Amino acid sequence: MDETPPDPPSNARRRFLIGTGAITTSLAAVSHAEYFSQQPPAMQAYTTKVVFKLNGEPRELELDSRVTLLDALREKLGLMGTKKGCDRGQCGACTVLVNGRRVNSCLTLAATLDGDDVRTIEGLGKSGEPHPAQRAFVERDALQCGYCTPGQVMSCVALVEEVRAGAPSAVTADLRAPVSLTDDEIRERMSGNICRCGAYVNIVAAVRDVAEGKA
Amino acid sequence: MQPFAYERAQGIDEAIAAHGADSRFLAGGTNLLDLMKGGIELPVRLVDITRLPLAQIEDTADGGLRIGAMVRNSDCANDARVRSRYPLLTQAIVAGASPQLRNMASTGGNLLQRTRCNYFYDTAFAACNKRNPGSGCAALEGYNRNHAILGASDKCIATHPSDMCVALAALDATVVVRGSKGERRIPFTKFHRLPGDTPQRDTDLEPGELILAVELPRAPWTGSHYLKVRDRASYAFALVSVAAALDVADGTVRDARIVLGGVAHKPWRAAESERALVGRRLDEAAIQAAASACVHGARAHSHNAFKVALAQKSVARAIANATRSA
Repeated sequence: MDETPPDPPSNARRRFLIGTGAITTSLAAVSHAEYFSQQPPAMQAYTTKVVFKLNGEPRELELDSRVTLLDALREKLGLMGTKKGCDRGQCGACTVLVNGRRVNSCLTLAATLDGDDVRTIEGLGKSGEPHPAQRAFVERDALQCGYCTPGQVMSCVALVEEVRAGAPSAVTADLRAPVSLTDDEIRERMSGNICRCGAYVNIVAAVRDVAEGKA
Repeated sequence: MQPFAYERAQGIDEAIAAHGADSRFLAGGTNLLDLMKGGIELPVRLVDITRLPLAQIEDTADGGLRIGAMVRNSDCANDARVRSRYPLLTQAIVAGASPQLRNMASTGGNLLQRTRCNYFYDTAFAACNKRNPGSGCAALEGYNRNHAILGASDKCIATHPSDMCVALAALDATVVVRGSKGERRIPFTKFHRLPGDTPQRDTDLEPGELILAVELPRAPWTGSHYLKVRDRASYAFALVSVAAALDVADGTVRDARIVLGGVAHKPWRAAESERALVGRRLDEAAIQAAASACVHGARAHSHNAFKVALAQKSVARAIANATRSA
């Protein structure tokens, strides 16, 4: 496989694709049928090779450069645990850990992950041996439909580490003092994960259990 | 997304050389990928700068800090030197976005965030001078509750969405950039532009210039506070925000910075408010004078007149809180 990326599409092609103004003009100039019979020029895709660690196992993928980590997990690697909610970084359903830090996998291009360590909900516990955060969500009934739960659990795992490392949040009153994990702190630190069923009360309880080592 | 070539930059100068027409530097991607998915940004080439050696926070000779462009927002907020010497910056960063996004978003990228104006984001609206120069501004006659009251033009009333930038403006930061013609240093308050007749240009950055770092001078402030007012308690953009930094000695204000977010196309330095404070005893009368002055020249639109009073009350509260932190 040739490693050199092909030249970008020509400006003419690009203008055709993006020009809402141009399309409006063509609508006026041609009939409806004529307009919709015009095929856009074939778009050229670009592939990128990426090697990364997924739940401890090395993986090598050759992907369209547009593929996000979220889509790579779900559609190329068969890991459906990570969920697509908004696909725009607003809901947190796609939260995974990259090098131990929580990120929105919908806004992470898979191509950028070369050499990185990715952990998803599937890599958290073992069969029959769930991670404490998974146990806490079950024991506290911290879900209803469950769609946001993998993202909530991944966020919970990262949150506990962030607090241990002393990271402040928007509700931390004293930036120089150690963080005390109040319910307000938990709510603020989980605010990047939306639960449309509204299971927040029990999510806060589950996170507290994990942080206090009770799960 | 439209297809694009992806390239991982091997060095700073290689990244600058690789950047051509319709290229974008890719850092955290939290705003760029979102805009690409929405069809607003349509790059044909992404130059990935995430592995460049720009992720350090270093002390400078004058007692300040140099924050590399690839320092992630969460790492900047958590840094012990930032927390102790520039708590205003930590407060502003953690007031924005979500923990996931702050883990991804970079210092340089935060400066280059584009507006959250709904008419800019929604390509179903033809009129947006920022997205499509010359097409008009749908927000002028549309739902403009979140829009600017200061420094806007009849071409664009969008606001800059960043919290971090409001603090950086108050801290007299300098943006260090490098392009094919070499390096230059841009004072923070000159980095972002007002919309004028060219709202498509958010900053003074030239095409192909790369942000290397943001430098903070030694902080003389005896107290500071970042106040963010928004529709929900967390994970929302500011309706109004205020970065207040004060240097107070024996009850008298020696120097002050009052900068507002959510009210203009750039972090809005309220020079009239600062003048109302400097040289005066920091009492309730001085605070009220500074608060009244912050909206000098304000012009509200059909849905955002509330921001005028909100900005004034927010300035008063931010100053009072900054006084208490002194």
